[in-house]
Amino acid sequence: MKLTLRIWRQASPEAKGKMQKYVLDDVEPDMSFLEMLDVLNEKLVMDDKDPVSFDHDCREGICGSCAMVINGTAHGPQKNTTTCQLHMRHFSDGDTIDIEPWRARAFPVVKDLVTDRSALDEIIKSGGYISVNTGSAPEAHAIPVDKVSADDAFDAATCIGCGACVAACPNGSSMLFTAAKVTHLGLLPQGQPERATRAMNMLAKQDELDFGGCTNVGACHEVCPKGIPLASIAQLNHDVLGATLTGARSD
Amino acid sequence: MSELQQEPTATQGEGRYVVGDPIGDTRAPDSPIGDRWADRKFSARLVNPANRRKMSVIVVGTGLAGGAAAATLGEAGYHVKSFCYQDSPRRAHSIAAQGGINAAKNYRYDGDSIHRLFYDTIKGGDFRSRESNVHRLAEVSLNIIDQCVAQGVPFAREYSGLLDTRSFGGTQVSRTFYARGQTGQQLLLGAYQALERQVHAGTVEMHPRTEMLDLIVVDGRARGIVTRNLFTGEIDTHLADVVILASGGYGNVFYLSTNAKGSNVTAAWRAHKRGALFANPCYTQIHPTCIPVSGEYQSKLTLMSESLRNDGRVWVPKERGDDRNPNDIPEDERDYYLERQYPAFGNLVPRDIASRAAKNMCDAEHGVGPGGLGVYLDFKDAIERLGRNAVEAKYGNLFEMYQRITGDDPYEVPMRIYPAIHYTMGGLWVDYDLRSTIPGLFVGGEANFSDHGANRLGASALMQGLSDGYFVLPTTVADYLADAPFDEVPADHPAVVEAVDSTRARIDKLLSANGHRTVDSFHRELGQLVWDQCGMARSKEGLEKALDRIPSLREEFWRDVKIVGTGDGFNQSLEKANRVADFMELAELMCMDALHREESCGGHFRVEHQTEDGEAERDDENFSYVAAWEYGGDNQRPVLHKEDLEFSYVHPSQRSYK
Repeated sequence: MKLTLRIWRQASPEAKGKMQKYVLDDVEPDMSFLEMLDVLNEKLVMDDKDPVSFDHDCREGICGSCAMVINGTAHGPQKNTTTCQLHMRHFSDGDTIDIEPWRARAFPVVKDLVTDRSALDEIIKSGGYISVNTGSAPEAHAIPVDKVSADDAFDAATCIGCGACVAACPNGSSMLFTAAKVTHLGLLPQGQPERATRAMNMLAKQDELDFGGCTNVGACHEVCPKGIPLASIAQLNHDVLGATLTGARSD
Repeated sequence: MSELQQEPTATQGEGRYVVGDPIGDTRAPDSPIGDRWADRKFSARLVNPANRRKMSVIVVGTGLAGGAAAATLGEAGYHVKSFCYQDSPRRAHSIAAQGGINAAKNYRYDGDSIHRLFYDTIKGGDFRSRESNVHRLAEVSLNIIDQCVAQGVPFAREYSGLLDTRSFGGTQVSRTFYARGQTGQQLLLGAYQALERQVHAGTVEMHPRTEMLDLIVVDGRARGIVTRNLFTGEIDTHLADVVILASGGYGNVFYLSTNAKGSNVTAAWRAHKRGALFANPCYTQIHPTCIPVSGEYQSKLTLMSESLRNDGRVWVPKERGDDRNPNDIPEDERDYYLERQYPAFGNLVPRDIASRAAKNMCDAEHGVGPGGLGVYLDFKDAIERLGRNAVEAKYGNLFEMYQRITGDDPYEVPMRIYPAIHYTMGGLWVDYDLRSTIPGLFVGGEANFSDHGANRLGASALMQGLSDGYFVLPTTVADYLADAPFDEVPADHPAVVEAVDSTRARIDKLLSANGHRTVDSFHRELGQLVWDQCGMARSKEGLEKALDRIPSLREEFWRDVKIVGTGDGFNQSLEKANRVADFMELAELMCMDALHREESCGGHFRVEHQTEDGEAERDDENFSYVAAWEYGGDNQRPVLHKEDLEFSYVHPSQRSYK
């Protein structure tokens, strides 16, 4: 099929970017979205033009590298699907497709469709873990975990850290990302000792970075390729409130 | 090491390499196998906690081995610098492992034990791995599960609240712990979180989007690395007392594999060129159930869990080139070839056998789908027998994934599958301490060769990565650091300057070729060549053909590659070119290793060495050794060093699945 692509091109973080038009004649329905861009890039190189930079790695929907806003939607039209798992059979001959990077103050553009998402690591760094040194763990069966909590914790833990939630949020908030980790660890008995401080520290870090605040729009959940439950955010708020009431201190 | 002893005989590669001194693992204690790791831990020297922060450690790679090692060494108080090419350490390719992680916990009380896990791993590796290392792996497996549970890894649980396990190929016990189909992700996030905790504590300095391009060796010791900042293009040096490589496997030499697009051999290969031996490069593992190639543009392959073969039936049309819709092909015109050839195991034969059988069918023009490179995996009988709901409960997410990629509904049409490369057992040679042949250079995870022999069992890669990272390296690296800190290396030391200059020269050379072919087109050609001649079945003739072609392809690459842009800044074509250049060199050594190994074992199948009914024929008398290759110099013959394998606890036997 024949497609018209309008792609955000920006040479460097400081440069001014713009949408650039490209026409591809021979797109096949079984191509993945990224393979379609590979084909474009091969042509650009042969024409002595700079290929489009985009992040990608596993191409199996699990590493969280790929990140494109496709026709205005983070990761494109298919629900619960990362950009790399989206295939061209979801588009039709003659379509025009707009491709842009994540748009969020906390994710500055590095080049073309590549952004700097290190702010997400900063949030994890501020408390997204259980403080257990290697070798100090008790026997695994010493603490049973009820199956429902284990399953719910798993659902939250499937976050791939792609940042689509931030890109979709009108406030550029990372609330769903932060909440997913707080929920994952907070539902497990192993996570209880640090539960209150974890929630407070992670939220404080998020606010300190360039993320906006959460106003319960829910766009994050709509685009999340892993379907992280919106209720995680309620869990985060619950934990922060509880921490405040019990006088837990954020360090 | 460089003293040459003998020329190889004509059958061993016709003078393509030379044979050097044998080598041995000098670190494993001589005690009974069950005591060795305890003895080694006791004999390993310790470093005073107050001195640790004065000692610096470089860790390359943030997967299970690298992430776990960096976090643990940080906890111990060393000054750690961690590097990854991805934009975050959480994206290392360990994240994509699906199935699970083995551990000899024996929670099922089904007869499992450390010795049984040890035995299964040695046998699964077709008797080409080292007993001492494998036994330690089995011992440490217990601690890994404890550690991960304490970190909050959400393993699957039963209603009792206790951990669930499942069975995996090649074993008769249920010892695989799992987190749905995303075990690798959950284990990696555990290690990543432990790592970020140390970054917060200030013990680990994190360098994402930074790729190692060379190893700095000063006075015979590994003392640092040369890196390129992938954002800015800056070439930097980082110096330390010890360097750990945990940079993964080299499956992407085949271009199409289940590896991440960025997975590469560069760090390991540059260390090899600086003197580290590379062991058993021809041992690569092929997974039988991957989604087939759909066209020329194919960029990678996706694995479908092997568990599908529990209920799916594999078949091809009896008639060659039959392109009818599979549902229109009547039962008596289908060949359920695995059930026919292997009546005892049927569709559940081990990975290598299932893969080779599919290849044979496709070679005989019975393959289906684009290019005839696929076989059917049919769930019609299972759906009739168990009902659609039961099949959905078991395989629903896999069916969804298949449909997302192919557009076909496996409830209605049989799946098409084809084998693909997904793991490499070979890697840098290490001793029991995971020391390479360069003092101060340690290697962990898939990047080393140590534990899986010629074939890795399912759910053992995660176990090995975490064993190396959390438990082995922190002990053995401390022992090495007991002699540190070493003399400071000045930034203008000739070895540092030489490493930086040669890195820059190489980048300039790549950029200045300005030829007529893209990096990917070269990588595709190389991958196809290696897949055809050094993939599922290898022959002397084919390997020689590859060995004749690779040097000329490499020469064409350097002369005719086309990269747009400069080295100053973000340039993904340049990143790829750098990696492909190393694959071009590795490919030659792989084929050489495959040619010299005149036997079939595990993932290495030489068509000349098979039994009358087409099974792999091992030659223990002549090939019960690790082939560790020394870089001979540019365009020089490599030098083969043999490490003899001794089996005192497990007696080598022939595998049979008929």
